[in-house]
This record gives sequence, structure tokens and C-alpha cells, in this order.
Amino acid sequence: MKIELESKAVLSGQHFLNGDVACAEGALAVGCRFFAGYPITPATEIAERMARRLPQVDGVYMQMEDEIGSIAAVLGASYAGVKSMTATSGPGFSLMLENIGLAIMTETPCVVVNIMRGGPSTGQPTMPGQQDVMQARWGSHGDYEIIALAPSSVQEMFDLTIEAFNLSETYRVPTFVLADEIVGHMWERVNIPSAKAIQVVNRKKPENPPSEYAPFKPDEDLVPPMASFGEGYRFHATGLTHDENGRPRTDSAEVQQRLVQRLCEKIRRNADKIVKVERILLEDAEVAVVAYGIASRAALSAVRKARAQGIKAGLLRLVTVWPFPDKQIEKIAQKVKALVVPEMNYGQIVREVRRVAKETPVVFMSKLGEEPHKPAEILDALRRL
Amino acid sequence: MPVRIWREPLDADKIKVSKAEIHILKDQCKGCDFCIEFCPKQVLETSEELNIKGFHPPIVIDESRCVLCDFCTAICPDFAIFVIEKDCKEGC
Amino acid sequence: MTEKSLELKHPYERFLRKERMPHIWCEGCGNGIILNCFVRALDELNIDLNNVVVVSGIGCIGRISGYTNTDSFHTTHGRPIAFATGVKLAKPKLKVVVISGDGDLFAIGGNHFIHAARRNVDITVICANNFIYGMTGGQYGPTTPLEAWTTTTPYGNIEHAFNLVHLAAASGAVYVSRWTALHVRRLKESIKKALQKEGFSFIEAVSQCPEIYGRYNKMKTAISMMKWFKEASEVRNFSDPAKAEISPDKIIVGEFVDIEKPSYGRLLREMKAKLKTKQK
Ligand SMILES: Cc1ncc(C[n+]2csc(CCOP(=O)(O)OP(=O)(O)O)c2C)c(N)n1
Ligand code: SF4
Ligand SMILES: [Mg+2]
Repeated sequence: MKIELESKAVLSGQHFLNGDVACAEGALAVGCRFFAGYPITPATEIAERMARRLPQVDGVYMQMEDEIGSIAAVLGASYAGVKSMTATSGPGFSLMLENIGLAIMTETPCVVVNIMRGGPSTGQPTMPGQQDVMQARWGSHGDYEIIALAPSSVQEMFDLTIEAFNLSETYRVPTFVLADEIVGHMWERVNIPSAKAIQVVNRKKPENPPSEYAPFKPDEDLVPPMASFGEGYRFHATGLTHDENGRPRTDSAEVQQRLVQRLCEKIRRNADKIVKVERILLEDAEVAVVAYGIASRAALSAVRKARAQGIKAGLLRLVTVWPFPDKQIEKIAQKVKALVVPEMNYGQIVREVRRVAKETPVVFMSKLGEEPHKPAEILDALRRL
Repeated sequence: MPVRIWREPLDADKIKVSKAEIHILKDQCKGCDFCIEFCPKQVLETSEELNIKGFHPPIVIDESRCVLCDFCTAICPDFAIFVIEKDCKEGC
Repeated sequence: MTEKSLELKHPYERFLRKERMPHIWCEGCGNGIILNCFVRALDELNIDLNNVVVVSGIGCIGRISGYTNTDSFHTTHGRPIAFATGVKLAKPKLKVVVISGDGDLFAIGGNHFIHAARRNVDITVICANNFIYGMTGGQYGPTTPLEAWTTTTPYGNIEHAFNLVHLAAASGAVYVSRWTALHVRRLKESIKKALQKEGFSFIEAVSQCPEIYGRYNKMKTAISMMKWFKEASEVRNFSDPAKAEISPDKIIVGEFVDIEKPSYGRLLREMKAKLKTKQK
């Protein structure tokens, strides 16, 4: 096989790519230089692209012995100061969860891509699913908040991977790109902007000298500046409950309270800055669809068709799934007669929508297996409201 | 400091004075007795004193016997003992 | 002497996070000796502490990363080698050392061990082998000898133990040695050698857990465990690691492997350099 020898990290221009490859290119464009992973359908193409591209830009591709090792290596590389990521699907994501908790506890910036397939267990490896969205939010033990983005196009696989890195670096929290098999595998046109036009956020570094550095002492935004290994700060990080100096404090309720609260609040209090949704035809809408990822594409088509038939329908597309767009959904729920939530699972995000929508009726449309929702099915649901 | 741990040999002025200076950070000691047991020259002994952790730290019974092998420094799990060579410029 | 000592600093104090002392380990535990040997090795090699990263897993010995005055990380149970792999490859100038337990490195983390050794990742791994899961109160693990009593082998252990030096050698480690906590000089020298070696180096430090393992296996004190090490140890440098037994009457110690083989980091650098010339 001929290998193109690109040497640039940002392949500016128009491309025809699949979602997985676009994701890898997004990561490279925002400065990711370490990837550790273990092959799994339908995320393998991300690893393959990274294996080819990272050495070209002086990065490291590491194929680990399993997904537990992969995420652990990603955390190690991040603490060494390098933007890092891994990509997997449900079975691998399940294996990663303990160390995702470690990333949360040690406030390690890193990106985990989950190209969701059908579960539970080995399920349907080549079929799409949106069955891991609750797992992403709650899968690791303990109380915490994470960030998760749900791309619905190949262009968004590129854009939201960049966004995921930027959020992860800003808030020192593992950030997930939750795509489904269809978005991961479909081919579309992708516009890669010039390197200059790409917004790149890097973690804040300590300004005080090593002798005064407390690795987990937050600034006002509740995020502590982060030194890297080898910079002379000589700090300690642990998955145990720790004080601002990183010292284990397994004995103090107060330290536990303060730490867990901050880990959650640094995301909750900044939710307005983090959350992104796309509002389509919602101004005068009487009925609305709330959807994300692949299901939102059929929803968009259904909403347009409904409008053509005189139904005042709109779409709220969740770009950010976690933190949950409570406010944005609440606002729409108050205006419309009813909401429709199509998902490729047996009912996950719909629970959150119902929580926020309160009295407004919410119709759930489940889809499992190969076929995503058809626009006609969603249209039908809108008509029956 | 209780007087009983001071054990100055009565003939201190007659014997050859050691070049070793043994330091015991007694509150750091957890009383494992390795330094006492494995000292090749039997320089140390368990004291009767209790430190703040409730352990009996070692005491030096005869510093002059110390040959500066440093084994006690190396085997101490608690960094509670170390030996330094005296500066003997003015004669030990 | 005693009064002066209150002001005098321990010669290795600068290697330790003083404010976290005393360490949590029980009296007479070998973990403190391993820490002692490790910092003396750093001292004698005169390594810039700013370039050392100590990574540990979960267990009694896992707390060691909190005590060294270096950059350090305390991972989840079993994952220090994988974490260390990421650190080393992301920043090759760092000396990355994993210090962890027999359970951490060879039960839950066994897969990472063999693969890091196979890849010849440029890190040093020191295993405090106390034959038991100390932290959780004394259950048997992958190095517990046959017939030993632990809280989960109430009728005696019926599992065969791993021979760690044989496993390390077979997996591809370029430097392999075993010493006990009594061999403080040779252990320190071995750590020095390992730290200077390119590639995956492994040291098994047979260590005493008097609190649990000793107590339940007819060695009631730390001293009696150390005496076992003294009486049973036999130095057999560069003998066949497959035959390096650990039994009540014999503990074969020594250096078993010291070979040259390009490390993963070197091969990666070479591959990238080749690529660069092609790109031009
Ligand atoms: C995933 C997971 N499983 C189990 C435990 C509980 N656990 C803590 S330490 C330990 C065993 C440690 O044994 P070893 O590595 O030999 O260290 P030692 O305590 O003997 O020094 C276990 C099973 C854990 N912390 N995490
Ligand atoms: S339980 Fe055993 S291994 Fe753990 S600190 Fe105590 S003596 Fe050491
Ligand atoms: Mg153990």
C-alpha cells in the first residue's frame, strides 16, 4: 500500500473523508500528538489513520495490549504534557471506565472517542447505536461530571474533535466524542480550514514557582493550573481523595466534600459556556424534535417535510449531550405542545428530556439494529401529536 | 531527655575515640530493630525509652566500635538512623 | 549524639516528601527499605530529580510514589506500567520508574507487564514481592508459595506461584535481577544499573510483610523474616532464571539477565527519522 507522506498536521482544503478519519484529522489539527488504542469496529479507522499520520508530525501512536492500557497510557502522556486521545467502541469503553474515573479525579485533559455500535456486550459490531450515552455520563463509579459531544456529520467529526480537546484542556476533564457507527463510517465532504483559523486551547500552566505550586489548588474558575512532569514542579497526583497539594486524604470528610464538589461544580457552573445546541425552525414551533447524532439527520428532514405540510415543527439538535442542555430544552418544552425524541437505543436521553420537560408530553422513538430512523417515521410521529 | 539513655563509658577518656557519629531520629523510629540485629559490630541496643509513636528506638552503646559501614542507614525502613564520619581535622 | 540529631538532617531527606513522613507502612515492613535503596540509588547516580517520574499502582507499596520528592503518579490498581509507557513515550527525556506490588504488577496488571517487556519500553520496574495482597489484609496472590496460609487460603494455598524473574526474562526484559530487602547494597546497585539501562529493566525485591504474611506463616517478627532471607538466600548470578526458586529453604538471588536490545523509544525515533528523510 502506498503511503502518502503528508508532513503537515493540518491538511487544509477540501477532502472527501469518512467520519473516523475526519476525527483523527481534527485531533491532529488541534495538536494531539499521542494516541494509544486497541483495534475495535467501528473505531479502528481512527487508530489506522493515527498510526499513519502521527509519526509524520513527530507524534506517537501506541497500540496497547487492551483498552485499559490504552487509557492509562493516554493519561500518562497527558501528564507528560502532550495532548492525547484514544478511540474505541462500547466493549472497549466499558474497559476504560475505571481509568476514566482516574482522569476525572486527577483532572487529566484527554479525549476519548466512542464510535457507538449495538450492545450490550459484543452486540452488533458493525451496526450503529446510541446506547452508551448514559454509560458515558455515569459509567465510572463515584460522583462526577464529564463533557460529551455528539457529532452528526463527517464535518462535525472534525470540528467537534477539536472542540473536545479545547474543552478538555480548559476544564481538565476527560471529554468524549460520542458518535455512532453511521457517522463514523459514512463519507462526506470535509472542509479543513487553515491552521491559523483553527482555535487551539492549551491547558493553563502554573505561574508561581515550584516551591509555591499546589497542583490541585483551583483558580476562580475552579480549574487548577497544570504543570507537566519534567518541568521541575515535582508534584504528586493520585486517584485517592487528595488535598490541594495532591496529598492523599482518605481520612477527611471535609476534603472529600470539597474535592468532589469542585470536580462537579467546575463543569456545572460553566455549563452555559460549554453547552452547544443547534436550533432549527424553533421560533414559532408548536411541536419539536430533540435529537442528536445520526437520529438528528432524519429528524431534520422530517421537520422540513412537516413544515411543507403546514405543521409548525422544529428541531433542537444536541451538539453537547453532557452536561445536559437543561435550560435550552426547558425553554422549548415550555413553548411547544409536545416533544419527540428519536434515539438509536431503548430509551436513554429521553429520560433527561422528560425530567426537564416536566408536564410537556414527550414521545420516545426507539430504534435498534441496522436501520436508523426514517424521516417518514418521525414525520408520522409529529403529525400524530 | 531522660538521663537513663545516656551511657557514657566510664573510661571514655582512655579509649580510642570513634570517627563515627551515629544519629538517631528517634521519633521517626518504628522499632523494627533491624539496625540493632544486623549491625556487624553490635554498636546499638534497644532502649527502654518510648518515642512519640510508642516504639523503643535504639541507642548507641559504643560508638567507638562503629566501622562506618553504614548498614544501619541503609537497612532502616524509616530513615531514622544515619552515620556520618566526624571531621577529624583537630583530632578525634 | 542524640540531642544533635534533632537538628541534623537525614542525608536522604531531600529525596523524600518530608511533610508526608512518617510513611504508612507497618513496623519492619520491607517497603521502607525498598524506598531507602531507591533514593540511595538516585543519590549515587546523581540524577537530576526534576527528570525522574515515579509511578505506582494500588497496594501498600503503591503509596511509595507519594513519598519520593519527584514528579509522581499513583494510578489505579494494576495500571502503573501502562501509565508509565505513556509518560516515557510522550517525554523521552524522563527517567520513568514503576514501583509496585506483586498483586498490582502480576495479577491485575500482568498483561501490561509482559507487553511492556516485550516492546522493550524504556522504563524500570521494581516489584516489592511480599507474596501477598498486603493492603487488603492478606489474601493470596500470584506469587504466594504453595501451601502458604493467607486469609483466602485458609486450608493452604493450592495455586502455583509465578517465578517473576523467569517471567520477566521470557517476556523480553533486558535487565532482570532479584534481591531481598536484606540485600540493601546489591539491591541499590541493581537499581542503579537498571536506571542506566536502555530498555525494559526489572528488579524483584523480595520483601517482608511481617504484619500479615509473616505472622500467618510462622515468622512472627520482621527480624525472623529477615533471617529467613539471610539463611535461605543464595547468590547465583546469571544462572538460569527458570531455576531461580523461592522456597522456605532457598531463595535464589542475583542478576539473571543483562543484554542489549534496542528500546521501543529508539526504534520509534529511528522510524520517524527515516520518514522525515522521505518526506523531504
Ligand atoms: C480494581 C481494583 N480491585 C481491587 C482493589 C483492591 N486492592 C487494593 S490493593 C490490592 C492488592 C495489592 O497487592 P500488592 O500489589 O501485592 O501490594 P501490597 O499491598 O502487597 O504491597 C487490592 C486487591 C482495587 N483497589 N482496585
Ligand atoms: S501490611 Fe504488610 S506490606 Fe503492608 S505495610 Fe504492613 S507489613 Fe508492609
Ligand atoms: Mg503484595
